[in-house]
Amino acid sequence: MPMTITEKILAAHAGAEAVEPGQLVNVKVDLALGNDITAPVAIREFERIGVETVWDRDRVVLVPDHFVPNKDIKSAEQAQMLREFARKHNLTNYFEVGRMGIEHCLLPEQGLVGPGDLIIGADSHTCTYGGLGAFSTGVGSTDLAAAMALGETWLKVPESIKFVYHGALPRWVSGKDLILYTIGQIGVDGALYMAMEFTGPAIEGLSMDGRLTMANMAVEAGAKNGIVPPDEITRRYVEGRAKRPYTFYNSDPDARYTKVYEFDVSKLEPQVAFPHLPENTRPVSEAGNVTIHQVVIGSCTNGRMEDLREAATVLKGHKVNDNIRLIVIPGTQDIYLQAMQEGIVEQFIKAGAAVSTPTCGPCLGGYMGILAKGERSLATTNRNFVGRMGDPESEVYLCNPAVAAASAVLGRIAAPWEVE
Amino acid sequence: MTIHGKAWKFGADVDTDAIIPARYLNTSDPAELAKHCMEDADPEFATKVKIGDVIVADKNFGCGSSREHAPIAIKAAGVGCIIAKSYARIFYRNAFNIGLLIFESPEAADGIKDGDEVSVDPGQGLIKNLTRGEEYRATPVPEFMQQIIAAGGLIDYVSERLKK
Repeated sequence: MPMTITEKILAAHAGAEAVEPGQLVNVKVDLALGNDITAPVAIREFERIGVETVWDRDRVVLVPDHFVPNKDIKSAEQAQMLREFARKHNLTNYFEVGRMGIEHCLLPEQGLVGPGDLIIGADSHTCTYGGLGAFSTGVGSTDLAAAMALGETWLKVPESIKFVYHGALPRWVSGKDLILYTIGQIGVDGALYMAMEFTGPAIEGLSMDGRLTMANMAVEAGAKNGIVPPDEITRRYVEGRAKRPYTFYNSDPDARYTKVYEFDVSKLEPQVAFPHLPENTRPVSEAGNVTIHQVVIGSCTNGRMEDLREAATVLKGHKVNDNIRLIVIPGTQDIYLQAMQEGIVEQFIKAGAAVSTPTCGPCLGGYMGILAKGERSLATTNRNFVGRMGDPESEVYLCNPAVAAASAVLGRIAAPWEVE
Repeated sequence: MTIHGKAWKFGADVDTDAIIPARYLNTSDPAELAKHCMEDADPEFATKVKIGDVIVADKNFGCGSSREHAPIAIKAAGVGCIIAKSYARIFYRNAFNIGLLIFESPEAADGIKDGDEVSVDPGQGLIKNLTRGEEYRATPVPEFMQQIIAAGGLIDYVSERLKK
């Protein structure tokens, strides 16, 4: 039976010859992930199950990243729960402040996730690893607790939607713009419960950082997973990095899709999502005169090396506008160090930006850049819901790192070519 | 057990930040979370909601984050069940896993108005609008999910399985 890449990975982990959409399957997971918000709930539920320890100490991963370095006493207590659980169960992959990163930047970088894997994580952006050709999806804390005990979970095999992106991407247009444009076309529930398979010449030419960004925001269209078929770019990324064997799966030519979308992206502009949904997208040239107060460059969506380089390129020779607070958050310690070695951190600081240790912080309105009533932030993050970054009467606009940098210079939403 | 209460009506794409903003996620204490339930969508909800009341919403309820704190906050606030046209998938799983009743019924979501008196028979999937004298059917819950509910949630389901 012809299958999509998603169906093949699910079948392999269900020990089945084939699976089809709608079928409920019990699958082995390769890795189960939690963070400092979701893992405390999972740990409490895990302790109710009545097993002595986790199913595999190498495959239960805990990353405190949302409210660390601890933002307040309660957050410190949550982070402490992770630390103590990691010690008690001798977990190999617990990442302490100073050695950590934003989970979805960190795991691919450290080679903990690879092509053909099946990953679940108690964080909705776990779908990021689809960029590597893995099946990965977000779950809640109780599902994580069960997987920590069993090494298994149940899933409904999703229907697949195929997206074909034709043409070469223009300058300043990135994976972020492709996914924002796509969500703008299909809506925030346009792929509800489904797999989004990203293909076509524009994807084949897209860097791994760009692919991870695209898969990251699949959940913003309601999808169960986003996935990019692995290729030479994938191979170059995982070689020498992967800590476990990996498998390249690809969709059969006659695999079945619920829908196929074809987009010509050769003339696509950078996209901006207006409040208060990621589907409210416009080309940057049609943004109008939107003055802003804060710009955030970072997050599991756009906190990778390519993102920082792109922002630095735009910022070169410019200063951050007097009316703007620019906050730059490298996604991991390795990215931070690399950015220092390339002189990018110095450049950000000299331009007038604040550069932070890795944290999810402002993206979810945790800390490190909360907005007051009436304030507007442009951010390379993933959600612009009401109150997402602070006061319920503040606003968040989403964009790519180049647009963010140009806007930080001009004090309003601006295109990168306006500062060249 | 029949659920009986007043309907609180919300729109489409109610996200998990509206259900429980991240500024309160430095705790997972259900009672504490309940105090801020739906705060950014309706600041009065948490203080005025009564035990057994029903949340009625349009499509894609619970979109966004995977935070289980969202269904936990709703359950702890005393809400009897949710009726919506559709749910975001992680919220849907989480609700079953923690034992919060949710029903899918586009007709009920359209028919019920804010403040209507509603009663729900979970076993039958039957929703009655006592204010308007209307009845609606909910989409049947998949059998596997019914087993999870019958066990008392996913953790009890898993514990039972491990004992066998």
